[in-house]
Amino acid sequence: MAQAQVKVAGGPQLSARNIHKTFGAFEVLKGISLDAYNHDVISILGASGSGKSTFLRCLNFLESPTEGEVTLDGEVVATRRNRAHQLEPSDRRQIERFRTRVSMVFQGFNLWSHMTVLENVMEASVHVLGISKQKAKDTAEGLLERVGLSERMHYYPAHLSGGQQQRAAIARALAVDPEVILFDEPTSALDPELVGEVLNVMKGLAEEGRTMIVVTHEMGFARDVSNRVIFLEQGRIKEDGPPDEVMNNPKSERFRQFLARSRD
Amino acid sequence: MENLLNAVQTFSAENSPLDFYLVLENWRLFWKGLQNTLLLLVLSLVAGGLLAIPLAIIRATRVPVLNPIAFGFIYFVRGTPLLVQLYVIYYGLSQFEAIRDSAAWVILRDPWWCALISFSIGTAAYTAEIFRGAISDTPRGEVEATIAAGMSRVLAYRRIILPSAFRRALPAYGNEVIFNLHTTVIASTVTVIDVLGAARTFNNKYYLAYEGFITAALIFIAIVFVITRVFNLMERRMLRHLKRA
Repeated sequence: MAQAQVKVAGGPQLSARNIHKTFGAFEVLKGISLDAYNHDVISILGASGSGKSTFLRCLNFLESPTEGEVTLDGEVVATRRNRAHQLEPSDRRQIERFRTRVSMVFQGFNLWSHMTVLENVMEASVHVLGISKQKAKDTAEGLLERVGLSERMHYYPAHLSGGQQQRAAIARALAVDPEVILFDEPTSALDPELVGEVLNVMKGLAEEGRTMIVVTHEMGFARDVSNRVIFLEQGRIKEDGPPDEVMNNPKSERFRQFLARSRD
Repeated sequence: MENLLNAVQTFSAENSPLDFYLVLENWRLFWKGLQNTLLLLVLSLVAGGLLAIPLAIIRATRVPVLNPIAFGFIYFVRGTPLLVQLYVIYYGLSQFEAIRDSAAWVILRDPWWCALISFSIGTAAYTAEIFRGAISDTPRGEVEATIAAGMSRVLAYRRIILPSAFRRALPAYGNEVIFNLHTTVIASTVTVIDVLGAARTFNNKYYLAYEGFITAALIFIAIVFVITRVFNLMERRMLRHLKRA
């Protein structure tokens, strides 16, 4: 029933082909491909150790994949093999521009601790994109209002709750007006009572049509907000489809067990 | 003013075991010593700090080729007493004719410059280690956030890693500044009139050890008081973000 993919002319926005990742002798990712189309909200589920975070980090080359290719709007990220035989970006300017178009929200927030929330949100706009300070400030203030942090914008990260820090980090990710936002377990480091405020912000982004790829343990978010759910198991995609379909009729025994355990 | 001086004179002559009036009479000597001490301190901190930043980055990021050199330099400087280093530079280098004939001799024959060079090298090595530790302590996630935001390495260092590391290094660096102040007395061993040099001159002239050295000690305490205040103020301003609310 739910439309899985809204295809737009020119093919997928962010596309990963055949991503492999090996740590030493351990193959974490055994060939994963994913196409994210405009307005997609893709939830990636999986037990810990299934490789879901590693896969997400390969998408913006925070992790160097062993094999594979990443494409944004048809432009392939150029890579070369480094001494550890992993693929690292070979064109610095290309990857830096790529990363402003595909921004990231981390599990541990990773706000820059010596800067206020406002400075955090303005930083990449001013110093990476070269937008004027005044314009960046206006944008940042607007975003902080949207995530409900107007009153806290002059606070340092350490003086905020986890939920507030994560909302600030989302504002920071939005500030460069990215085409895709990667979320790496954005609520896993939060106290249970703070999870809701972050999920609400993310839901708002989904509703306005942001393209998002979300590694998460939040089944409710996967079911209600995303239009596509992927289940990873031992470095391979085991399930892939609209949430209703996948979560109500799991094909694999593993995913059935995973869902059953998540319900407790 | 006249009255105050008279009071000091009377007090010194009649009540005090120490002759403060004589110290006051020789204020020019101590003033010159103070100037030299402060100049050596400030200039060596500036030169040493400028040298310490690249050294610390080289050490923290393990730049190939340069890292072992930086390591060796720091190891040597920290492994030998500063007095030995100063003697090597001041007395040792003059043995070589090539150096006496070179343009650098103008500087290297002057004890004041030799003291400045050795103090700068010394504080560079210690400060580099302080900064290196602070850079290495940058939370991994904050560095990842710079990469994910599309920052180049240079930009990440300039905007995030160094500003954050310098703040964390502030308390340890304040300590280094005080150490460096006390180190400057070594200049007096190569005839520079710093605060201690002034006290020694005073002692040689009047055979009044207490008066001269206690005056020197009081001057050092006063300088340390100022340094401590400045660093306290800077820490309060720049380390706000580390304080738990």
